[in-house]
Amino acid sequence: MNDRRHIEERITLKYGAGGGAMRALIEQIFAPGFGEVAGGVGLAAMDDGAALPIGPDRWLVITTDAHVVQPAVFPGGDIGRLAVCGTVNDLAMMGATEPLALTCAAILEDGFPRSELEQIWASIRAACGEAGTTIVTGDTKVMRRGELDRIALTTTGVALTSRVVTDRGLAPGDRILVTGTMGDHGLAILATRGELALETQLVSDVAPLNGLVRRALAAGGDGVVAMKDPTRGGLASALHEMAGKSGVGIVLDERAVPVRDEVRAAGELLGIDPLLVANEGKAVIGVRAAAADRVLDALRSHPLGRQAAVVGECVAERPGSVIADTGFGRRLLGEAEGELLPRIC
Amino acid sequence: VSALPGKLEFRDPVRGAALAEALAIRARSLGRAPVSVMHVCGSHEQAIARFGLRAAFPAELDVIMGPGCPVCVTDVPEVDEAVALARQGVRIATYGDMLRVPGTAGSLADARARGARVDVVYGVAQAAELARSGEQVVFFASGFETTAVATAAVLLADPPPSFSVLSAHKYIPPVMEIVAEMPGSKIEGFLAAGHAATITGWGVFERFVARHRVPVVVAGFEPLDILAGLVRLVELIAAGEPKVDNAFPRCVTRDGNLAAQARLWQVFELQGGRWRGIAHVPNGNLRLRDEFAAWDARKRFQIDVAALCDHAPAALVAQCQCGDIMAGIASPHDCALFGRECTPDAPVGACMVSSEGTCKIWHQYGGHPDLRQIRRRA
Repeated sequence: MNDRRHIEERITLKYGAGGGAMRALIEQIFAPGFGEVAGGVGLAAMDDGAALPIGPDRWLVITTDAHVVQPAVFPGGDIGRLAVCGTVNDLAMMGATEPLALTCAAILEDGFPRSELEQIWASIRAACGEAGTTIVTGDTKVMRRGELDRIALTTTGVALTSRVVTDRGLAPGDRILVTGTMGDHGLAILATRGELALETQLVSDVAPLNGLVRRALAAGGDGVVAMKDPTRGGLASALHEMAGKSGVGIVLDERAVPVRDEVRAAGELLGIDPLLVANEGKAVIGVRAAAADRVLDALRSHPLGRQAAVVGECVAERPGSVIADTGFGRRLLGEAEGELLPRIC
Repeated sequence: VSALPGKLEFRDPVRGAALAEALAIRARSLGRAPVSVMHVCGSHEQAIARFGLRAAFPAELDVIMGPGCPVCVTDVPEVDEAVALARQGVRIATYGDMLRVPGTAGSLADARARGARVDVVYGVAQAAELARSGEQVVFFASGFETTAVATAAVLLADPPPSFSVLSAHKYIPPVMEIVAEMPGSKIEGFLAAGHAATITGWGVFERFVARHRVPVVVAGFEPLDILAGLVRLVELIAAGEPKVDNAFPRCVTRDGNLAAQARLWQVFELQGGRWRGIAHVPNGNLRLRDEFAAWDARKRFQIDVAALCDHAPAALVAQCQCGDIMAGIASPHDCALFGRECTPDAPVGACMVSSEGTCKIWHQYGGHPDLRQIRRRA
């Protein structure tokens, strides 16, 4: 993407928001010196994970995620479920839907309640069960009070695959699918935070996607050309990244994007676009036009893909741009810049 | 789950297309082009950009955004007062949009990064709650008469003694006079903000119409509201009989919300003051009446703005064209800083800060790129 924006003297919150500032930070500070992986996918690709070739048509896929979420337990899940699903999903987005195993490192703040820890680990076990994987090693640290905000989890996952799907395989004419409703996790978390004083029924969508993706890959075969999970930065950031890396424009049919009524309502109230906030149980899938119907049917046949929809199409014009068609006209879909702040009125 | 935005009554693209065609026919029948109209509300620009409505406007009609963003017109000295208070160690609560508005020596966000206590709140009541602990909390209040009513309601409901208000509230009707009287103004009609008119009533514009002989249409914020409002406005221009028309009757009455008005004027009085980038606007500022001096941060605290002035204003600010952009004379693309030195990440002018600011909206939604020509294969 080659984002040459200037990195400031202090790393502020915007560098973790999943948008252009974060990509610039990775490119300019983290990635230099760690080049490409011959015949695979390395850090320079800035994909959801890495793919190391280990034989003819055989790759080891590896990914790692650090998780901090406030509050640690939220409607629809908790930080444990989030940690497992985030890693399983990143592997799946690379085409690796059979996670061999995960590792989990836990950093806790002095005084963290045992009961909450047990609850979080129960949901880690449950999520591993759903994804068909397990935790094989880990690490534990306890920090002094005030040195950490309660709990941080870091998970690493490994899987083998015979086909790697990147986030840069789009070509003009390809269709863009989403596997379900957008914005559920991000708005559920925002609404849970006390300062909004908002009572809602919003529930996070956090779920392991490997089973769903397996079905899509089986139906679409080589017609599935790009995948990404729209986590931080939401659908907007995922599409920007896919468009930029693939060198295509994406025309998004905004009316086709599934959004729950309560998510839309909370978004309007807070002045926050559901397309800019995180999902933790959804995928964006790019497919060749001929495979679109097959993949859509396969997704909808899975419990996590009932609301799947074709939401856009790739074009040769305006590479790197995401153009939203609203039904009234068209506009560019921007990415979230920095913290999402509420509007005044 | 519903598709966006079709299911909602006032976002129906089919009816939108019919209104857009009606608008085009009426605009063309004026027989001269372009005809300029102005809206004076950031929420209108937000909806226009959000739904890509400019693509649906006829070329014969130039819809200009006026000084309708309360954050953008908050003047530098007002921001300086808040920053000075924050640096003096007073806890400040304000709307999220106000955080990054640059003053003489940085913004509230900069002050926060240096250790000042600045809280983002969703409303004035939340700020008053913060003060219940006994700690001094100053609510830096921005917004037009709609938002000012909320501030008034809290001040009338026995707020804690440690709570006070630094008012940057502004009053819209006088600035319409300023814009209408600007030399070379080519504005032939105004689209007025439906939410403000819910409070003031549409009758508040009658005197303006009589004086300036330009029509005013009060419109809501859904795409169909805006299109219908513009159709009505062009009809009034064609008829040559300036009057006020209410295109938002499901919310707005002639007299407005009398109870809210009573509270507004019980707490606030009008004062002249500068609007950032625009002009000195007589009666353009809403300030606390003397009876509320106990909650007036300007009377409660010694605000040492002079201490900020050691920091020379950044040279870039001199090139900022926010004022001309808000007056509808220039567009963001006329500004050399737009998208280069001035971005939402590092704003130079206030228009790049607020989600209602023209520059921020253009930066986010791409201004007026002609995206109609891009064809899909299918």
